[in-house]
Amino acid sequence: MNKLLLAMLMVVAHFSYAQETFPVNGVKDERPGRFALTNATIFVDYQTTLENATLLITDGKVERVGTDISVPSGYTIVDLSGKYIYPAIVEPYTNYGVPAASKKKNGNGPQYESERKGPYGWNDAIQSTYHAVSEFAPNDDSADELRKLGVGTVNAFRANGLMRGTSVVATLAGLPAQEVVVKEKGAVHFSFQTGTSQQEYPNSIMGKVALLRQTYYDAKWYQNQSEQVNLSLQSFNDAQDLPQVFEANGGKLRVLLADKVGDEFGVQYIIKGNGDEYQRLNEIKKTNARLILPLNFPAAYDVSDPLDALDVSLADMKHWELAPANPSFLAKAGVEFALTMDGLKDRSTFWKNVRKAVSYGLSETDALKAMTQTPASMLRVDNQVGSLKSGKLANFFVADKSIFEEDASIEQTWVQGVQHEYKKPQLPDYAGKYELNVGAQSWVMEVSGKPGSQSAKLVINDSTSVKVKSKFTDTQVSFTYKQEDDESETRLSGWVTDAGFSGNGSTPSDTWISWKAERVGDLDEKESEEAKEDEEEKPELGDVIYPFVAYGWKTAPQQENILFKNATVWTLEDDGKLENADVLIENGKIAAVGTDLETNGAKVIDASGMHLTPGIIDEHSHIALSSVNEGSHAITAEVRMYDAVDSEDIDMYRQLAGGVTAAQLLHGSANPVGGQSALVKFRWGASPEKLKIAGADGFIKFALGENVKQSNWGSDYRTRFPQTRMGVEQVYMDGFTRAKEYGEAKARYAALSKKVQAKTAAPRTDLQMETLLEIINKERFITCHSYVQSEINMLMKVAEKFDFRVNTFTHILEGYKVADKMAAHGAGGSTFADWWAYKFEVKDAIPYNASLMSMAGVVSAINSDDGEMARRLNQEAAKSIKYGGMSEVEALKLVTLNPAKLLHLDDQMGSIKVGKDADVVLWDNHPLSIYAQAEMTLVDGKVMFSRERDAELRKEIAAERARLIAKMIAAKNGGAKTQKPKKKEKHYFECEDIIHSQIH
Amino acid sequence: MKKLFYSYIILMVCAVAVYAQVPAPAPAQSEPIALMNGTAHLGNGEVIENSIITFREGKIETVAPAANVRVDLTEYRQIDAEGKHIYPGLINAMTNLGLEEIAAVRATLDYSETGSFKPHVRTAIAYNTDSELIPTMKFTGIQIAQIAPRGGRIEGTSSVMQLDAWNWEDALYKEDDGVHMNWPNRSFGPRWWLGETKRRENKKYDEQVEELVKFIEDTKAYMESPTPAKNLKLEAMVPVLTGEKQLYLFANRPKQILEAIQTLKRLEIPKLVLTGAEDVWYVKDLLKAHNVPVLLENVHRVPNRPEEDIDLPYKLPRLLHEEGILVGLTYSSGMLANSRNLPFFAGTVAAHGLDKEEALKLITSNTAKILGIDDRTGTLEEGKDANIVVSDGDLLDMGSNQIAYSFIQGREVELEALQQRLYEKFKAKYED
Repeated sequence: MNKLLLAMLMVVAHFSYAQETFPVNGVKDERPGRFALTNATIFVDYQTTLENATLLITDGKVERVGTDISVPSGYTIVDLSGKYIYPAIVEPYTNYGVPAASKKKNGNGPQYESERKGPYGWNDAIQSTYHAVSEFAPNDDSADELRKLGVGTVNAFRANGLMRGTSVVATLAGLPAQEVVVKEKGAVHFSFQTGTSQQEYPNSIMGKVALLRQTYYDAKWYQNQSEQVNLSLQSFNDAQDLPQVFEANGGKLRVLLADKVGDEFGVQYIIKGNGDEYQRLNEIKKTNARLILPLNFPAAYDVSDPLDALDVSLADMKHWELAPANPSFLAKAGVEFALTMDGLKDRSTFWKNVRKAVSYGLSETDALKAMTQTPASMLRVDNQVGSLKSGKLANFFVADKSIFEEDASIEQTWVQGVQHEYKKPQLPDYAGKYELNVGAQSWVMEVSGKPGSQSAKLVINDSTSVKVKSKFTDTQVSFTYKQEDDESETRLSGWVTDAGFSGNGSTPSDTWISWKAERVGDLDEKESEEAKEDEEEKPELGDVIYPFVAYGWKTAPQQENILFKNATVWTLEDDGKLENADVLIENGKIAAVGTDLETNGAKVIDASGMHLTPGIIDEHSHIALSSVNEGSHAITAEVRMYDAVDSEDIDMYRQLAGGVTAAQLLHGSANPVGGQSALVKFRWGASPEKLKIAGADGFIKFALGENVKQSNWGSDYRTRFPQTRMGVEQVYMDGFTRAKEYGEAKARYAALSKKVQAKTAAPRTDLQMETLLEIINKERFITCHSYVQSEINMLMKVAEKFDFRVNTFTHILEGYKVADKMAAHGAGGSTFADWWAYKFEVKDAIPYNASLMSMAGVVSAINSDDGEMARRLNQEAAKSIKYGGMSEVEALKLVTLNPAKLLHLDDQMGSIKVGKDADVVLWDNHPLSIYAQAEMTLVDGKVMFSRERDAELRKEIAAERARLIAKMIAAKNGGAKTQKPKKKEKHYFECEDIIHSQIH
Repeated sequence: MKKLFYSYIILMVCAVAVYAQVPAPAPAQSEPIALMNGTAHLGNGEVIENSIITFREGKIETVAPAANVRVDLTEYRQIDAEGKHIYPGLINAMTNLGLEEIAAVRATLDYSETGSFKPHVRTAIAYNTDSELIPTMKFTGIQIAQIAPRGGRIEGTSSVMQLDAWNWEDALYKEDDGVHMNWPNRSFGPRWWLGETKRRENKKYDEQVEELVKFIEDTKAYMESPTPAKNLKLEAMVPVLTGEKQLYLFANRPKQILEAIQTLKRLEIPKLVLTGAEDVWYVKDLLKAHNVPVLLENVHRVPNRPEEDIDLPYKLPRLLHEEGILVGLTYSSGMLANSRNLPFFAGTVAAHGLDKEEALKLITSNTAKILGIDDRTGTLEEGKDANIVVSDGDLLDMGSNQIAYSFIQGREVELEALQQRLYEKFKAKYED
């Protein structure tokens, strides 16, 4: 019965608009569509409120809104006394009415080329020709789900590809597609997901960025050429004037990355964030991007079992606590944002989460703005929606009280003047005391509870009562109860009267009787009615830490002036090591080295019995990266590891504890030409951009041997050229030949006079060729993964043909076999201390490699390629003493000065020399001994790690976890939803990692 | 002609000496040997500075301070060990050694048989004494290894081998010492290549545990049955239930360890060794309660959780030792070739607070006790096998680990192998 009632109320007060060009079946039925909504509190826009105001609607639009309006005749008056009217929500991020793209299956093997028919671009992840409006089909069920929440307008796109084509902006009026489209092309959508594309490229974050960048360059070139038709580039160009929305899925760093892509091309994206933006607030603010934010606040973890609690990281616990404050943090920082329901598992929690965000500090005005004005202006439809000013679409919702109150509900949503009612049927309040007469018997009956969920009982005396099963509607009632002595129940059915209820029923003896219940008074007021405590107070929150992981900083470390006194100083300059020496650090640099140095106001550290060395430099690292291999094409010189730098990696901290201060973050070894390296210092806490070593030369990863010929990739991977070492050489010959030609073409164009240039199509910017050309021009330097002597020699010969040198061979386990040739060529060798036998090509690897290469005059280094071993690189260097009898000073250089040389950074790091960066490590023991621990590690004169602080941090972490665990348990006990802990585990990338599962 | 023939033979022998796959095993000890004036680290916690150690026919005769004892050394070969350090041979448990030559080449891998329950599968007979990896283990002082099977629920039966032998039969130190078991996991690691970051639930966990329990219960029934139909699998499991063989239980995660030990103790498995055990700290009291020793894998690893003490893996053996738990160190999860770095695991533990002599026990006497070979090796004590390593310096530190002599059962082991030969070959080239 109730259900039916509800359904009836939900029926839309429907009136059709004239569909101008469409034939009419039957009689034309066009209705006036004039309404006057009176006596309401009206939010004309997010910041203007009118009390006791009237809203006039004509033909789906706002005619007038004000407090001094007298309703003209011909208007249906809707009295909304006590109610609140808000502009309807503009939802900026949906797939409403747009079908999903279907995924085409193909064989098991890799697919390198596009399968699209027609003159499209080469990569299926670029879906620029797609326009959501072309398939847009309003769906009333989905519309209703959104309208119920107060949504009037949506931006709908198809989530498929890096470049997803255009979206459509439409209302949820419940009218045909032709009538609800507000803007045919709302925005262009981007993401870091390739969607249904089955092509191998791109399969890494670096590759995705590279493809987007190249597409911009190609599109630019396309404008001025007449040789070919490419619909993808055409559409890409056509869409440049639209709002550009980028879904930066994958966390806050991706927001920064998306913005960086836009900056290169003068595009300011609107960025769809992830809800963790507060963790890099300053950097996010500096992007100047407007954001679209989800309200996907995580549920508390169920940590009642301490062994389960181990699986929840500190970062996840803190994010649980801080996520609801994300919008507030951003608003306070002055970042403009829109809110979206996207990302909510259950959309009906939207308002609960909005209110939560408000209780965490977001102002109601900012919240409203983020749901109306901001999304409307982002989509450039604020002339039509987002407020209730005259002439705008009559899109609004009506709430029974301020929408920010906990139990407020949306009773109606009007879209384009079409009313949709969502008010739940309100039953009368029957609460009170009744005198119930059933046949000859008489009882006192009490009805209590909130209207809609009221129940009754028979009061026998002060302490006993009989429960009555009861049902109430607005006209009828039924009661069933069983007296203690009775064998069966008394069942009463009846109707509502002025005095109470009356009706008929049957007694336990199944006699048909009459009954009535007369209301005799109110219920006794209970004093124990718990006054609800005001829990709306702003919750206490823990600190945001940088990076957002255990051992992050609350406040960033500052440069200090420090004087290390009486240390054994391993300068690694001509003097090798100095006993009882002092080193003065000032302004991030090494200011003096000597004995009895003046304090000069610096903090003095007594380093007696301790050893001071330069910071360790890891020539070959894959930590602090979110992806390592663009393992698709044979040449991926266009990809940049800087795009994958992950500043939140705990391993940077752990390696600082092992004395590592800088590293080359390398692409993997899945292809002959990999990606461009990221040279970073471990400035723990800094953003990816700040980790970069400014002014460092460009490097690039090359690779040879089994990995690039896909020897261990499984049987599906037998088609990519090269599959042999013979082919590898030809990949290089071809790449460098083309790059040379590319450079010549560019030079020819540059040599033309301005006049001629204006008439000639400029050569297309090709990021891959640009990079290879940099190598030929000695502006970028190769670090080449290599094992076997034949291929090492081959690459040197290729380089010589193009008149450049291979900078470094890395791994280079057979370097000892061609060390003389390497020395003559000028290549360095960065090797493992003692790895071997893990694959066929390292069968002849020997732990004497570094010693032999050094002996032959090759600048040699020991690297890690391993997130753990990097913590002990000093010990790995020491193995060259065991294997080959290297001197201590030379051994330590293997992980300091020599890698600095290989990275062209020896003018600023790698030894303790006046003027170099203050990247130093204080050890408690001989630095090549296994018993040595870094007491303190400095980067740029900042103490990035110290044992003392580490111990303190551990205490702080334990206390913070304890606080958050208690809070989560309290939340669980308070009835909050919880989620089962699932341990996050980091993957340790190595060179060998290919994106495909077959490899692991 | 005959002369020429002999020259040919001599040439052949030389060629073999230079290019042989691995060095020839040493002949049996022919004369008594005395190691004079070295610092002896006995492997039981004791150190004798300026020691004398003598051994004859493969057995240790004397271990004593040189100043205190008088031994007639006329018939002895005397080795001056002054300034050098003497240790019991190191023991590497839970390794694939001899069953894996080149990790990426399937044809060279023999440690993982197909199937889930295969206690009948024995590593001993597949152990390849000609593996090029075996000599490299001796470079750092390893002399004994427990060769363990991998894969499946019950992985197979291991044997303990000494690393200087002509063939597997001669290499046997303790045949079929134990059966290895992989406890099911409640969750699997994330598939990072699919972008997963969190562990996934194993929905078959209960079923898998049940299967395992049933296998043990079936073995019991088999044992007690007067006329069972011969079943090789159950037959191989019987000694585990009778306590003749150890059960090496692999489990890493806290609940996995807890559930495994609880279940196996309920099933009355007499000799249980926990292996892997990365997260054992969180359930340490269970091990104490049941007196279960641990073969801890991979000291050189990163902590399992970002908030853990960054040095927890380095400290864990000490922490367990301080709790009174018997601990040995293994290289079981790392790269096989790198397992020669076992002494540096102990060095790392010593660097993080454990007494050096206690740290040495983690790779000598403790492991010997756990493997049940402590009556024959693991310490430098009279009557034990003369498994002795002499190093120029501290064996636990890579900068000073330099093996001068290595005796296995008194036999002086050749320490030069392929890697040294390649070194010498190219060194000669560059020195020219």
